[in-house]
Amino acid sequence: MHIDIDEIAKTFGGTTALHPVSLNIPSGALVALLGPSGSGKTTLLRILGGLEFPTSGRVLFNGQDATGMSVQDRRAGFVFQSYALFRHMTVFDNIAYGLRARPRAQRPPRAEITRRVTKLLDLIQLPDIAGRYPTQLSGGQRQRVALARALAIEPRMLLLDEPFGALDAKVRRELRQGLRDIHDETGLTTVFVTHDQDEAMELADLVVVMSMGRIEQIGKPQDIRAKPATEFVRDFITT
Amino acid sequence: MSDASVHRPRAFRSATEETPALRIALIAIAVAGLAILVFAPLAVVFAEALKNGWLAAVESLGNRDARSAIRLTLLITAIAVPLNAVFGIAAAWLITKFDFRGKAFLITLIDLPFSVSPVVAGLCIVLLFGANSLVGGFLVAHGWPIVFAIPGIVLATVFVTFPFVARELIPVMIEQGRTEEEAALTLGASGWRTFRTVTLPNIRWALLYGTLLCTARAMGEFGAVAVVSGKIRGQTATMPITIEMLYNEYLSVAAFSMAALLTALALVTLLLKTLLELRHADQLAAIRRH
Repeated sequence: MHIDIDEIAKTFGGTTALHPVSLNIPSGALVALLGPSGSGKTTLLRILGGLEFPTSGRVLFNGQDATGMSVQDRRAGFVFQSYALFRHMTVFDNIAYGLRARPRAQRPPRAEITRRVTKLLDLIQLPDIAGRYPTQLSGGQRQRVALARALAIEPRMLLLDEPFGALDAKVRRELRQGLRDIHDETGLTTVFVTHDQDEAMELADLVVVMSMGRIEQIGKPQDIRAKPATEFVRDFITT
Repeated sequence: MSDASVHRPRAFRSATEETPALRIALIAIAVAGLAILVFAPLAVVFAEALKNGWLAAVESLGNRDARSAIRLTLLITAIAVPLNAVFGIAAAWLITKFDFRGKAFLITLIDLPFSVSPVVAGLCIVLLFGANSLVGGFLVAHGWPIVFAIPGIVLATVFVTFPFVARELIPVMIEQGRTEEEAALTLGASGWRTFRTVTLPNIRWALLYGTLLCTARAMGEFGAVAVVSGKIRGQTATMPITIEMLYNEYLSVAAFSMAALLTALALVTLLLKTLLELRHADQLAAIRRH
């Protein structure tokens, strides 16, 4: 699914989180929103996911206006910064949540849910943890369960908010490759937010550098490295 | 090797620990305080009730007026507590999951019953719904008296016990944040389903504590109920009201028997809470570790 962001702006009370920004995300791309905290990157991601609504501007999914579409109807697989796993449910119930939440007519039968959850646990290479609770998992395992839970709803796009933020360096590198593999396997349009320029440059097809609620530069990693468009981008990618 | 260089192990105290003498003193003060303020009154209530033996105590609870008071108190509690559980959840949900103008004012409003004297609260209900008021006159004329009747006692009890559930829930829900709910929504769950399957399980312990506190207070409420009930024996006299009336009539065995029963009811709710905690100890620990 390709996503078009058309002059999206967002203000909270009196403060401007996003000045009008525009961005076209081709179908199947892996895009990084890169910037320091307060640059508006998370706000933009939440607007795509339907968790915030823009003050002005439009969002288009496959050319169709989706600006006012409800969060449920968007079918965006969202991975939260702190993973937001349901702490009172097992890993199995976490991953099955989206399937069970479907209207009765579209809900898969019990055996089918079990089959899909098992398949997702294999995909994230944690086949044996179905019965555990989130508190019994390591940070890296939690992140992968959150990813599996987001994939279970057969999303139209994958949105990740600082997916590797809370992990140590070694796990971070492993999971980076894991996300790349899952993206290549599913072909999902994927947008992730990061403040780590290495992560953005290494993982993404397209990097969007943001600062103070504005887009500073959009480009392939090597182009941004070779030709930073502004002083800010030059500073940010060299530090 | 000389004696001076021999390292003698010494028991180190941790930084947060006090000297033994001070520790004993502090513990003694705490135990004495508990004994005088909590255990002694409880013991006295039961001792007074049983002064003339079990039979006299049970007999005093068996007459028509006493039975009516017990029934009334249980009925009022059964109405007021579920109402306040629902109000409390709704208020806490609104305050913690949404941002809106006037939020601070709403929080103050929820605390109001704690700061207003129950007697004043009772008077407000009398002024609003009494037979001489516009609303009250209309209701009385149509056979729905509020004051000096059960609806008034329910209103007074609901008002006085309103903050308990909301006050327990708000800090828990603030600490848990909104992201689990947001996650459920992105997975396609409706608002109601999210509430039922994510919010409610996460707050169930706080909800239980709030409800138990609310129950204990609802059964024991005196001031507001005393004003609105009219203290009609056998009709609008609740257990606390009956205790006061019996005591003023020097019927001390009857008064203290009723008091002992009221205390026992409160102790049962505490026991219930402790049992549930023991049974779900693992689960509680898991929630707190997260």
